[in-house]
Amino acid sequence: MTGAAVSQPVEQQERSVGLWGDALRRMRGSPAAIIGGAIIIFFVLMAIFAPFIAPYDPTRGDLGSSYLPPSGEHFFGTNVQGQDVFSRIIFGSRLTLGIAVMSVTIGVTVGSVLGALAGYFRGWIDATIMRGVDIMLSIPGLLLAIAVVSWLGRGAVQIAIAIAIVNVPIFARILRGSLLALRDADYVIAAKSVGVGGPALLLRHMLPNAIGPLIVQATLALATAVVDAAALGFLGLGPPDPRTPEWGAMLSDTYRYLTDAVHLAFFPGIAIVLAVLGFNLLGDGMREALDPKLRR
Amino acid sequence: MSRTAPDPEALLSVRDLEVTFGSGDRVVHAVNGISYDLAPGETLGIVGESGCGKSVSSLAIMRLLPKPAARVRSGSVILEGQDLLDLSDEEMRRIRGDQMAMIFQDPMTSLNPVLPIERQLTEVLETHRKLKRSGAVDRAVELLELVGIPAAKNRLRDYPHQFSGGMRQRVMIAIALACDPQLLIADEPTTALDVTIQAQILELMRTAVTERGTALILITHDLGVVAGMAQRINVMYAGHIVERATTDELYGRPRHPYTVGLLRSIPRLDEGRGELVPIQGQPPDLSRQIIGCPFADRCFNVLDRCREEMPPLEQAPSAADEHLVACWNPAEGERLVPSGFESELAS
Repeated sequence: MTGAAVSQPVEQQERSVGLWGDALRRMRGSPAAIIGGAIIIFFVLMAIFAPFIAPYDPTRGDLGSSYLPPSGEHFFGTNVQGQDVFSRIIFGSRLTLGIAVMSVTIGVTVGSVLGALAGYFRGWIDATIMRGVDIMLSIPGLLLAIAVVSWLGRGAVQIAIAIAIVNVPIFARILRGSLLALRDADYVIAAKSVGVGGPALLLRHMLPNAIGPLIVQATLALATAVVDAAALGFLGLGPPDPRTPEWGAMLSDTYRYLTDAVHLAFFPGIAIVLAVLGFNLLGDGMREALDPKLRR
Repeated sequence: MSRTAPDPEALLSVRDLEVTFGSGDRVVHAVNGISYDLAPGETLGIVGESGCGKSVSSLAIMRLLPKPAARVRSGSVILEGQDLLDLSDEEMRRIRGDQMAMIFQDPMTSLNPVLPIERQLTEVLETHRKLKRSGAVDRAVELLELVGIPAAKNRLRDYPHQFSGGMRQRVMIAIALACDPQLLIADEPTTALDVTIQAQILELMRTAVTERGTALILITHDLGVVAGMAQRINVMYAGHIVERATTDELYGRPRHPYTVGLLRSIPRLDEGRGELVPIQGQPPDLSRQIIGCPFADRCFNVLDRCREEMPPLEQAPSAADEHLVACWNPAEGERLVPSGFESELAS
């Protein structure tokens, strides 16, 4: 059990520790990444198993039992319509996480394509794309999102697209910057010196090395997306059906009763803060893990 | 020399190559019209201090200068009868790695950190030899064995950071030699390595090019490194070739005051007496217009004429073989280092 059995796995471990293996190992050593990751996993499980966890139907109200304070029956109390706040927060995580993930996926995809085109081809393609990016970055993000939602409509997908549009220029700029720095990297010139060019140079040599900052930014953008989705909900631009549980809308429904029923604003607020904190901690942990300067 | 037609026997003929960096009011003249020939299988050393244009001129031959910062103003680079400067980017890409390849100074950063070395080797073979994946992998193992990587087969899937500096440089050499190029350019291949590894890498390069008949351009600032490797040496200063001769002739009878200065500044183990003689002053600022010889201000043999007119690169008086020097008042050609110095340095 000891001697031979131990020496073999050590041999195995030394092999094939690539970039990702290395990054993962260092993330495991970072408290921020572990706490952030735990919070996010907690929310993801909550969203997936919402119907099994939630004690009540989040949309069903009972006006006879509105405004109840937290109790054994209603952990987080009930709201004006008598809906169970605990169940609404659990179901609300689905919408919030869904919008966040969808918007960042769209944002990263579109932003990366634009950034890669600009950073690789340079010239007028670069100039055109980057001036567009400059224009979009000069408009305040939330204002842009409000404009897009009022144009496209108030469904979850539309909200995700609106937040994605805000993120596109940020991702485009980050990827372009990384690619520009890589153009003169020794291994890129070395690859060129043996005849590698065109798509192979971009896809095999440059993109995988440029993607670290993009992943970090994507994680941090998830945090911003949670805030943006809540802000849109708070401003009345959330899902059109008022019964749909959404954290931001839950806040705005209750701020008028703040003096009488603090719990109504407290619990959705905590949910938003925790989700944002989780993504931010995870993003910071990733930044450290993927920083090429810290790699051995 | 500079106006002569390219030698048809030569593998590579560089003629009047001129490279500048920047534009507007700050143009740096990095390479100022250099010309030389390289025979098939010959090893040529290019020596000079930092910023003398030795790396830039070689990157210009490979057409790997950063665009748009650097510009090849004029000249031609003729490899096997075709002028590389006339080719399209796509045609040039097909030549790189196939007919000519390059080894870089820093093996720690010249391999892609996220690709296993197997992929970096097979990609060259797939690009130029149209090998299928399995054939390319077999060939990759052969190449790694050739450059002396122990247990090559087991190391294919390893990433660059799992290799030491010397091993990485061996991998770089394997990649460069993958398609048997006729011309290999090595830009300070051993500068980043420690001394014992330097000797091993040089030995590996020497056997590899001799066995295959590959011509080698070895760029270095280390006169010891070229001594045992090169048949011929170009000494560069401020973007000019100031002296060109066979290795024996250059070390035996240096003519250009700059070469003399370089050889005098080498520390010697067997001669305890005397101090090293450094070359006075600094190399000139290449963003300024230089009238006359760029070495004039540091030269012990300077004449008035040197500050008026750049001397052409011409056959030195009373030299045996081809021995070109760009100097109005060359040194007599006394031996500064005892004979046998070259082989001693190389060992």
